[in-house]
Amino acid sequence: MKEIYLDNNATTRVADEVFEEMLPFLREQYGNPSSMHAFGGRVGRAVSLARERAAAALGCVPTEIVFTSCGTESDNTAINSALTARPEKRHVVTTKVEHPAVLSYCKNLEGKGFDVTYLGVDREGLLDLDELRDALRDDTAVVSVMYANNETGVLFPIPEIGAICRERGVPLHTDAVQAVGKIPIDLSTLPVDYLALSGHKLHAPKGVGALYVRKGTPFRPFLIGGHQERGRRAGTENTASIAALGKALELAAAGVGHENTAVRALRDRLENGLLAAVPDCRLNGAREPRLPNTSNISFKYVEGEAILLMLDQFGICASSGSACTSGSLEPSHVLRALGVPFTFAHGSIRFSLSRYTTQAEIDAVLAELPRIIERLRVLSPFKKGGPEPLDEKPPCTC
Amino acid sequence: MWEYTDKVRDHFLNPRNAGDLAEANAVGEVGSLACGDALKLFLKINEAGVIEDARFQTFGCASAIASSSVLTEMLKGKTVEEAKRLTNKDIAAELGGLPKEKMHCSVMGQEALEAALKSYFGEKAEEHEAEGELVCKCFGVHDGLIRRAIRENDLKTVEDITSFTKAGGGCGDCLERLGEILAEERGQPKPVPAAEPKKLTNIQRMQLVAKVIEEEIRPSLKKDGGDIELIDIEGRNVVVALRGACIGCPSSQLTLKNLVEQRLREAVEPGITVTQG
Ligand SMILES: Cc1ncc(COP(=O)(O)O)c(C=O)c1O
Ligand code: FES
Repeated sequence: MKEIYLDNNATTRVADEVFEEMLPFLREQYGNPSSMHAFGGRVGRAVSLARERAAAALGCVPTEIVFTSCGTESDNTAINSALTARPEKRHVVTTKVEHPAVLSYCKNLEGKGFDVTYLGVDREGLLDLDELRDALRDDTAVVSVMYANNETGVLFPIPEIGAICRERGVPLHTDAVQAVGKIPIDLSTLPVDYLALSGHKLHAPKGVGALYVRKGTPFRPFLIGGHQERGRRAGTENTASIAALGKALELAAAGVGHENTAVRALRDRLENGLLAAVPDCRLNGAREPRLPNTSNISFKYVEGEAILLMLDQFGICASSGSACTSGSLEPSHVLRALGVPFTFAHGSIRFSLSRYTTQAEIDAVLAELPRIIERLRVLSPFKKGGPEPLDEKPPCTC
Repeated sequence: MWEYTDKVRDHFLNPRNAGDLAEANAVGEVGSLACGDALKLFLKINEAGVIEDARFQTFGCASAIASSSVLTEMLKGKTVEEAKRLTNKDIAAELGGLPKEKMHCSVMGQEALEAALKSYFGEKAEEHEAEGELVCKCFGVHDGLIRRAIRENDLKTVEDITSFTKAGGGCGDCLERLGEILAEERGQPKPVPAAEPKKLTNIQRMQLVAKVIEEEIRPSLKKDGGDIELIDIEGRNVVVALRGACIGCPSSQLTLKNLVEQRLREAVEPGITVTQG
């Protein structure tokens, strides 16, 4: 059975072109880019080419790109850099719906005596920019706001947020791990100081990422050692993966139109089809502005993990923000921040498409999923018209 | 991805004895939608005290459904006395084992069975409530259940307790107390302390608040074209969203305080506050 992969916000398949690009560096071109000999120098040129491709794709200059080992490292590095560069500033502003790469890092900062403001979101998953304005203080070292939410796909207005931060002279970091390749990004006009991206979300392999650092932004390295990346990220370069990331970013920039037409149309077909075919379900997060590939839908009266395992029977891969799959006993922090009622939060499913998704695949999901929900609802003690879910009952022993 | 045994997968994909049972003379119900899993167990027990039929309805993950399904299979043909001796360990063993993080699903099966047998003997399901001290507010877990889980499953760490009872899996405030209980249980066995005076647990409060909103407040708002949705309950603070005609209505703040808060204070608990989410 060929899988129907609708979990592209978790990770993506490596594009064939990208795979070809990296092969030489895993075979014959194994030199160290820092070496003096021509054998290493050739690999150094490949790293430079990747940096140029990345810069071209993002609208910045090559020296503003630092290659890292993943999105998480890019996020950690950005926040750490802003704090280390301005040690007298002890305050960070972020949101409640960030990926753990930012959220856990900020929680950790609190333990070290930093002050963190976590901005909430409304029921659509959107920020109140006045709240952001009010949160900025004289000792705010950095604002870290994600570009696109990994669970709902909801976009934050980074241009407006950047303008607000500029006005107050506070650097802005954006976690654009889910945004790059899915929406147009032009750093020549986007007012951000740091931007994080990750290779494996855009058809490059796992374990490579990049951090954009605007020229003139004070920078302090996270990994300290050799002088690689012009002293901004020590450690011998992951040459094959960096070459891959350069190629993947080139493809992503060229394909962003396709994402916003063809991929968006398939996503809408899936979403509208499900919302029409299945009673008692709802979309989580704003319909717009949103990534073109993501749809997060909650099915009342059933539990997310059960849905996923049934989908798995048909080779359909998706993910869930339900407690049972989030590795904790409570539903995802993102859905909770949106105020998704408990009655829906446990049955949430995230579908995330890619340029490889076909209409036949979407139609297969549309054929199977309503039946799966129906089956699970037959098993469930909660039903429409039955006693309301939070009805009086012996207390929960779960 | 969880590693489930073939038997768990089989009982999940092909659940046995699903549905309700009109002739049931013993019904046990545990869990809630808010908690993420719930089980309703139906038994038909004949005059000889033999379980002739068993059915279930489950809301929950694959292992919750499989635990319920296998439990009904195990119960059929057993006498009430035999059924009483079933523990969560037996349920898990019958499934060829459950991932540790999922053991609470087997505990839910055992709890539902106990509730069903109590209902058969005419005892009220209320028995279930205050089994001693309320330890975990997030999941409404009392120390009775925790202590029994420790003893019956030979639990060694606080993490184990969370896997088996969910206690400690939310805000984490009770972790310290769980550690103390664990130390007590693993030291010399102590009798379970007498029940505390009855206070509302988080879950009880949640259920009551939801009921009052659904049955009283919503209908009265709806008469004026408004509506309300319960979003969250944190301690005694109830977060709601006003809907329909209430949105933008100049007196919505008054509605919130005078109608919603007032009514919840009367019907549920005096300390309740209501805010808009
Ligand atoms: C929004 C966001 N930020 C950061 C990350 C972390 O990226 P990586 O897995 O490359 O560390 C992810 C991916 O899971 C993400 O979705
Ligand atoms: S009180 Fe137990 S986890 Fe919150």
